[in-house]
This record gives sequence, structure tokens and C-alpha cells, in this order.
Amino acid sequence: MNFPDDLKYTKEHEWCRIKGNRVVVGITDHAQNQLGDIVYVELPEVGDPVKKGESFGVVESTKAVSEIFSPVSGKVVEVNDPLSDAPETINEDPYEEGWMIQVEFSSGKELEELLDVDAYKKFVEEEAE
Amino acid sequence: MLAAVGAETLEDLFRSIPEGLRLRRALDVPRALDEIALFAEMRRLAARNETDHPPFVGAGAYPHHVPPVVDQLLLRGEFFTAYTPYQPEVSQGTLQALFEWQTFVCLLTGLDVANASMYDGASATAEAALMAARVTDRRKIVISAAVHPEYRRVLRTYLASTHDEIVTVPYGDDGRTDLAALARAVDDQTAAVIIGYPNFFGVVDAVGEASSLARKAGALSVAVTTEAVALGLLKGPGELGADVAVGTFQSFGNALNFGGPAPGFFATRQENVRQMPGRLCGATVDKHGRRGFVLTLSTREQHIRRERATSNICTNAGLCALAATIHLALLGRRGLAQLARVNYARARLLSDAMRRAGFGLRFAGPTFNEMAFEVGDAEAVVARLAKRGLAAGAPLARWYPDDPRMKGALLCVATELHAPELIEMFAQAVKE
Amino acid sequence: MSNPTGWKPRIEQESGTAATHPEVGAGGATSGLAHEERLLFEHGAANGRTGVSLPPAGGDFDPERELPPELLRAGIEGLPTLGELEVVRHFTRLSAWNHGIDTGFYPLGSCTMKYNPKSSEALARLPGFANAHPLLPPELAQGSLELMFQLERALSEISGFAATTLAPAAGAQGELTGVMMIRAWHVARGDARKRVLVPDTAHGTNPASCAQNGYDVVQLESGPDGRLHPETVRDAMDEDVAAIMITSPNTLGIFEAHIAEIAEIVHAKGGLLYGDGANLNALLGVARPGDMGFDVMQFNLHKTFATPHGGGGPGSGPVAVSEKLVPFLPLPVVVKEGERYRLVNDGKERPRTIGKLREFHGNFGMFVRALALIREYGPEGLKATAQLAVLNANYLRARLKDAYDLPYETDSLHEVVFTDKAQKPTGVTTMDLAKRLIDHGFHPPTIYFPLVVHGALMIEPTETESKETLDGFVDGMHAIAEQARTDPEGVRASPRKPVRARLDETRAARKPVLRWRPGMKVE
Repeated sequence: MNFPDDLKYTKEHEWCRIKGNRVVVGITDHAQNQLGDIVYVELPEVGDPVKKGESFGVVESTKAVSEIFSPVSGKVVEVNDPLSDAPETINEDPYEEGWMIQVEFSSGKELEELLDVDAYKKFVEEEAE
Repeated sequence: MLAAVGAETLEDLFRSIPEGLRLRRALDVPRALDEIALFAEMRRLAARNETDHPPFVGAGAYPHHVPPVVDQLLLRGEFFTAYTPYQPEVSQGTLQALFEWQTFVCLLTGLDVANASMYDGASATAEAALMAARVTDRRKIVISAAVHPEYRRVLRTYLASTHDEIVTVPYGDDGRTDLAALARAVDDQTAAVIIGYPNFFGVVDAVGEASSLARKAGALSVAVTTEAVALGLLKGPGELGADVAVGTFQSFGNALNFGGPAPGFFATRQENVRQMPGRLCGATVDKHGRRGFVLTLSTREQHIRRERATSNICTNAGLCALAATIHLALLGRRGLAQLARVNYARARLLSDAMRRAGFGLRFAGPTFNEMAFEVGDAEAVVARLAKRGLAAGAPLARWYPDDPRMKGALLCVATELHAPELIEMFAQAVKE
Repeated sequence: MSNPTGWKPRIEQESGTAATHPEVGAGGATSGLAHEERLLFEHGAANGRTGVSLPPAGGDFDPERELPPELLRAGIEGLPTLGELEVVRHFTRLSAWNHGIDTGFYPLGSCTMKYNPKSSEALARLPGFANAHPLLPPELAQGSLELMFQLERALSEISGFAATTLAPAAGAQGELTGVMMIRAWHVARGDARKRVLVPDTAHGTNPASCAQNGYDVVQLESGPDGRLHPETVRDAMDEDVAAIMITSPNTLGIFEAHIAEIAEIVHAKGGLLYGDGANLNALLGVARPGDMGFDVMQFNLHKTFATPHGGGGPGSGPVAVSEKLVPFLPLPVVVKEGERYRLVNDGKERPRTIGKLREFHGNFGMFVRALALIREYGPEGLKATAQLAVLNANYLRARLKDAYDLPYETDSLHEVVFTDKAQKPTGVTTMDLAKRLIDHGFHPPTIYFPLVVHGALMIEPTETESKETLDGFVDGMHAIAEQARTDPEGVRASPRKPVRARLDETRAARKPVLRWRPGMKVE
């Protein structure tokens, strides 16, 4: 399982890459592995507001549906549109090509509440028990 | 076996049910019958129905000839005693037949995708309204008063708790939906515009015009078809612009059965596929690359999405859909066109015979195989013909008590089962 | 003996090559002659064949002249052009690709795949029933109406309720109906309420039916014994809860033994008890939901009585109610007035009805089959149904629990749930076990349900199976458990015998192909 150490994580298995006043959001390698082959993804539109901890989209495998939760509050400024035609990208490359949205966040404070790589690894291990 | 399970008596098997909750007597149902006595009793009941003549009433359930091939194939235990194809490797027969059913529904309705069947036309109509509300995120349903009244009642029941608004639009003297009234009713809050095709009066309603109105307002147009044989002659509702086509394919391969079961259908445009209710069968390959079929897009459904599913439907009308599929396969391109023409011609024979007997048409609009006649006291005609074992038709005032135009209107059907002599006899009997 | 052709049978030599004979599964499965079969639309005979015999249109009528041309369509491109024999072969070949109850054991848990007597089928086809139009004048339909009246009475007695509506088309529509009546009852008391409690073992239709009625669903956790506990209900119950929906026995096959106390808790706060009757076959003649505190319950006639499952329906989902919900029953209601039967279809006669659920009167064809079975079995036969269903399930449980993990030790009734935990170390999963059963000649059990059990294998043998069949299944299950230890790859490579190996569901979902189109190659 791949856990890049330059990313921040959530307990709902999203990752964030912080770029200035934006974060890039996707789901982790662990999450895609748990879901299995992803067949469909539903993402918001540019300009939509998102709220920390609230669902902004859905990923589906053939037998499961999983909501994706926003790690921060703010506004969607970019969406990875090619994913809708090639949802398998999320399985193949969850941290790069498989990114989902970019959010311009409203408060840097929320970033502090995110998990760092060690905390996330530990969380995943605990969850497996 | 009792010893293997560690029980001394059959009663012991139920020890997990508290004493106080058990039934301490035999059920009060009639004692058991052997097969011969059972047949005698059921034949007694069946004989209390009078079905010697094909009924002249349609109104949502149509008497048609079902070729014996249909039942012969349907009764093959491999189809008949299988269930929902959860294990595709041992269900390819059911799955391919469902794929063929979906294709037939698409070809006849002129739409892109169809599901594996619904309970009936009425609940399919209600599900279409619910889907339109999801797709448009709006809550107002506009429906023509010329849509089957029972379908409209079911729609009301389904929508009672979701607080969607239902606006009913009147029909004109030609039996078609009043388009001016429809234009006034449709607005930017409208989720669906629902219209019959042919409608409850047998009149071929204005699906094209209603669909343009709906499109301009950003609503979905829904065409409801109860007599699907009409689609052998008339354009598919999708070709006329409808976004959703629903109704029943009872006319293909399914007996009347006192109103059920019959296969409801649901078809729509590709872009709505993920908002559809019910099961969908799709093509794929097996691990050796051979074509096969599976249930797909299941994440819409209740067994996965639970309270957020597009519908609660689970068991549908699979076997009825198979019956319709077999009948449509037999008919084929030529047979379907011919069946539709025979129905059209028999209905024209009926209207001629009725005209000669002194009964005109209630509505001037174009019809297929069903039409309303002015017969004076329609209920009296029904009662009088019932004494002769004839089911005369449906008095429209039952469903439209407040419309004085409907007072003497009797809705009648003629199909390939109504021989010319029977039609003539019927018209004379109405007159007597 | 003379042999003028000089041809010599070589039977002995051929039997010497037995190694190439396919293995015979515990359910008797071997290979057979199955045909590849194209889609109906791919047969491509262009000569305009048809498989029907129709009269000429007759008369001097021409729709082209009489109807608006913009409404008319030419022949529909793509429809088949096949003769009767071609159609017969097509569907006969397709049928051979299916496993049905008539083929072999079908222990699909919760779906109650029992054998239905063929007599019910013959009876449903009596012309008096099959050709009856739903709008026949009542004097021409007394037989249908009397049958409905008898069935309504029988179902009310069997379930212990005051009255039953036959209208709903399937179990899920029955649930919808029941929840609608619950809502109508609350609304009539001026207290609509917001939530419904549903245990985590419930069928997905339960929460979906609540949501379709505008209720929020609160999921309740079942206890470590697989039962719902009164404390859990007490904690979740308040004056905003309209009802609790309980399946008993639940989807683990376990009787909800605390039902009386749960009923008290829910009723005390003004809520109602909905019973999902999907598993009623376990209780027939033994106990009645109406005597346990339930206020409303749906039947699944295709599970509990006799109706072919038909590759996914049609079903029939009558709903029984206690006295207080009777005014809210949907229409129509069949009544007996003197010696005559009549359908009440007008809301004016039943002002508090929730309305109509479907066109006409319900799936009448299923009523015939259900009543035929009830009449054929009588009170003793119905009770024996429950007893044998429970005996068979417990027999499988006893014989399989050494080879497979049994997550709940609590007593089972009509079905039993195992898991793949014991096979985990070999890498063999529930899916693999299910697919391997196919090679033995058995339909797999329900898998991965209920959701509360990880890797569930939910087995429901039903009352109609013999001990010999059950023993064969046990042998198969044991053989697979053994093979999982010695040859896990072999288990994972199954099924090998059906016309298709494992199908690519991911591909089907990513790029859905849901129909054939003219000129299209479906692959």
C-alpha cells in the first residue's frame, strides 16, 4: 500500500495536496483497494461550494457505493473531468492522474486538523483490526 | 434427521419462539384437498366467471391471441423456476432474454434504454414521475386528464408522502389533451409532463407537442402506453420527442388474468440511465472473452444503496416480460405491423357497425383500436349486455362523473379476437 | 450372429479412455450439449418470415389515408424475421443455459426457492381465470371475486390479522403499502412523525420503502446473538418514530425472541410495528405475526405459497393489517354481500383509504396459485411446510458447521448463515465457494448478505427438498472445503462447467451496453 508522505489525509480516506490557497483532493490507495474496480464517479461542478466533512461526490464499484467527503471548506475551482470516462484511473493512479477536485479553501485552520502520513497509516492499521 | 439436529420432536425446532407467542391450535383454513377435489373446486370458481366471448372492454387490459408457443416455452422449468439472475454463469438464458426484452422495448418506443420490467403500467408511470423529479430537481408533475384514471390514482398514492404537486390538465372535444391548458400549466417548476399514447379514450394524443412544451420548460416528457400493439403502426413516443415511455406490454403474450400480472415497461434516454428504477441487464464478456450478460448498474438499487436507491423495486415481472419477448420474437417486423393493421381494421369495423346502429363517436381525434361511443345510458347498456354474457365496454362517467360530456360515453375495443360477425352482433345488441 | 456390415462396436476401447470423462459433481453436474445462440436480432434472415398466423386486415380501411401521416411509422427496423421453429429453438437453447429449481437444488437464502406443484400452474390457466377481463361486470366475474375473498380470509387467518389487501404487486410494493398505511394512520392522528427504525439485518427494500414514503431511516444494530435487543429499540424510540420494521425470523434465520417486549416499547411511544413477511414460511401454522404485536405485515406469495419465481417475478405482496389500520387499506377491497361478491373501488366508500397501488386489482394470477396451494395443503400441510423448512435448514446447519464458520450460535429457523472465515487462510472467498458449487450442479446460496456478516453464505433449503438432496449438497460443500485446503487455485478457477465462466461485471458497468441496435455488434 502506498502512503506518500508529502500528503495530508482524512479518516474517510481522502488525501489532500496543499498548493498555496488550494488543495487537490482524491481518495487514497487504501480506499481504492477496498472499493475494488471503480466503475463510476460523480463529481461536483466548478464553482460549487464544499464543506469540510460533507459529501461532494460518489465513487462506485460494481457492488458498492462510497461517498467522498471534503477535507476542507471552500469552493471547487477545478474538476478532473476525464475521470468520468475513465474511472479506472482512480484505481491505477490514485495520487496523481486520479485526483478528483481542487478546492480553494476558506480557512487555513482546517488544514491543521488533517492527519499526517504516520497518523493516517496508524489509523488504517487500527481500522483493520 | 431429527437426531442429527439434536431435536426429539418437530416442536423442539421452534424452541427459539417463546411459548406465549406460539399458535396453540390448528389454522382455521379449509381442510386439505386431494388434487382431483382441488381441480373440481377451482373449476367451480373459474366457471363462475363468464369469458366465452372476448370482451369489448379494453381500458388498460386488452384481449389478444396468445400463440401457444409462448406458453410452451415459458413453462420450460429452466426459465420458469429460476429467480433473479444473481449468478450470471447459471442464468445466461434469463439474462439474454432480458437483454432481448430491453431491446424490444427500445425498438418499439424509439428510446435508448429500457429496464428489465416493472410491476405494471401504473407504477411505472409513478416511477417515471419520481425519476423526473430526481433528474430535474423539481416537484411539479403535470398530467393529462386523458391518461388512464387508474394510473393517475396510483401516481397520487405514490406521491402522497413526497409532497410533489400534481396538476391535471383537461382534454378537448377531440379527446386529446388541451394543449393551450397544458402550455399554461407547464412552467419552470415542472418536473414531468405526462400524456397518454394512445390515451385512455383510445385517442392518439399529442406527444410531439407536449414534448416540445416540456423541453422548453426543462421538464421531462413522459408518454404512457397501455395498448402497445399500437406501436406497430404509430411512431414510437421517443421518435416524437418523449424523454420517457412507460406502460404495459400486456398485449404481447400475456393473458388478461383479471388484470395481473403483466409486464410494465420503462424506457428513457441514455442520459437518464443512472436515475432509472429497477434492474438492468447488460452485455459483457467472460474471462475467456466470450460474450455474456449480467445485471449491471446495480448501485442504483435498493440492495446496495438502501434508503438512497432510485426505487424500492426488487422482484419485477420477469416471466411476463419473457412472455412478451417470445411473442414479439414470433411476430417480428412483419407480424407486428400486420397485427397492428388487423386491430386498426377491426376497430374501424366496430365504429362502422356502431354508426349503422345509430351510435356516433364521442371524440373526433384519431384512434387505434379503442374508441368511445355515445350510447345513451352506458351503465344500462353494460348491465343489459352482461345478461347475455357480453362485457360491453367501460362507461367513462365512472371515472369522469363531473364531465357532462361523458354521460353516455362507452369505451370499447376491438382486436384480432373480435371476428366481424361478433362485432356486428355486438352493435346490434347495444341497439336492442 | 451375423454382422453384414463388418462394423464392430468398440465400446470397450472407448470406456478405456475414462480419464477424459468430465468429473461428476456432488449434485450430479457433468457436461452436456449446450448450443451457442445469437441474439434474436442477429439471426439476420431478411426474407420477412414471421412466426404468427393472423387474419387479413379486412375491410376497406387504410391507416395511411385515415391517420395523420406524421404519426405513422414504417416497419420497425431491427425487429426479427423468424419463423416459429426458429423462435422455439432460440428460447429452448437459452433455457438450457439456466439453472432452475426444476434442474436442481437452489438454496438461495431469503428467496425461498421451493418447488411449486405443477397443479397450481394448470389451475391458473383455466380459461375462466386467464381470460377474465379486470373490468368485467361483477356478475360475470363472481368466480374471480369469490377466489379473492377466500384468499383474503385465508391470509388474514394464517397471519393473525383482521384484514388483508391483495393489491400490491410484489413484496417491496407491499412494504411501500404498509408504510403508507402507517403514515396515513399517524397523519389521521395529527402526528405525521419523521423516522422509521430498521435493524441492520433488514433487506434493502425496507429502508428504500421508508425513503420512498418520505421517512428518514435509523439503522439499529443487532446484538452479538443476531437478535434485536429491547435496549437498542428503547434508546432509539421516541415520539418522532413512526414505526419499526422487523423481519422475523430475520435474515440470519433467527427468530426475534424479544418481539413482545419490543412491541411494548414501540407502542408505548405511539409507534407501530411493521413485519416483513419475507420469511413467513418459517412460521406457517406455528406462530402468527398478528399475535406478536405486529400491526401490519406483507406477504410474498411467491416465497411462502406457490408462484413460479420466473427469473425475477411476477410476485405478489398482499398486506395484512390489524383492526386499527383497516380503514386505510388500499383499493380495491372485495366484499361479500349476501351471496354476491363485489369490488369496492370508489374512494367515497372508503374515505380514509391510502388509494390505489396498481392498475386494477393485483396480480390475480398469483392469487389462484396461492389459494390452490393453501387448499391443497390444508392446516396440517401448511404447518408441515414450516416444520420441514426448519428441519431441513437445521440439518444443513448441523452437517456443515464443522467445515464452515457459523457466525451465530443462536438457534436457526428456516435458513442458516455461514461465512468463508475458515477458508480465509487458503485465499478462497465466499464468491469462490459459490462459483465452485455451480460446477457441482447446485445453485449457490445468497452471498454477501445480510451485510452484517462478513462473507456471508446464506442457505435456505426450503421444505420441498429431500434428505438425499441435502446430503448431496453437504457432500459438495465438504468436497469444496477440502479442495480449498488442497487446491485453492482450482476453487478460484471455477465455474468451469456452465456455458460461461466468470463474467466481467466491471466492464459491464463501466461501459454499459444495455440493448442491441441495428448494425451493432454486441460484444
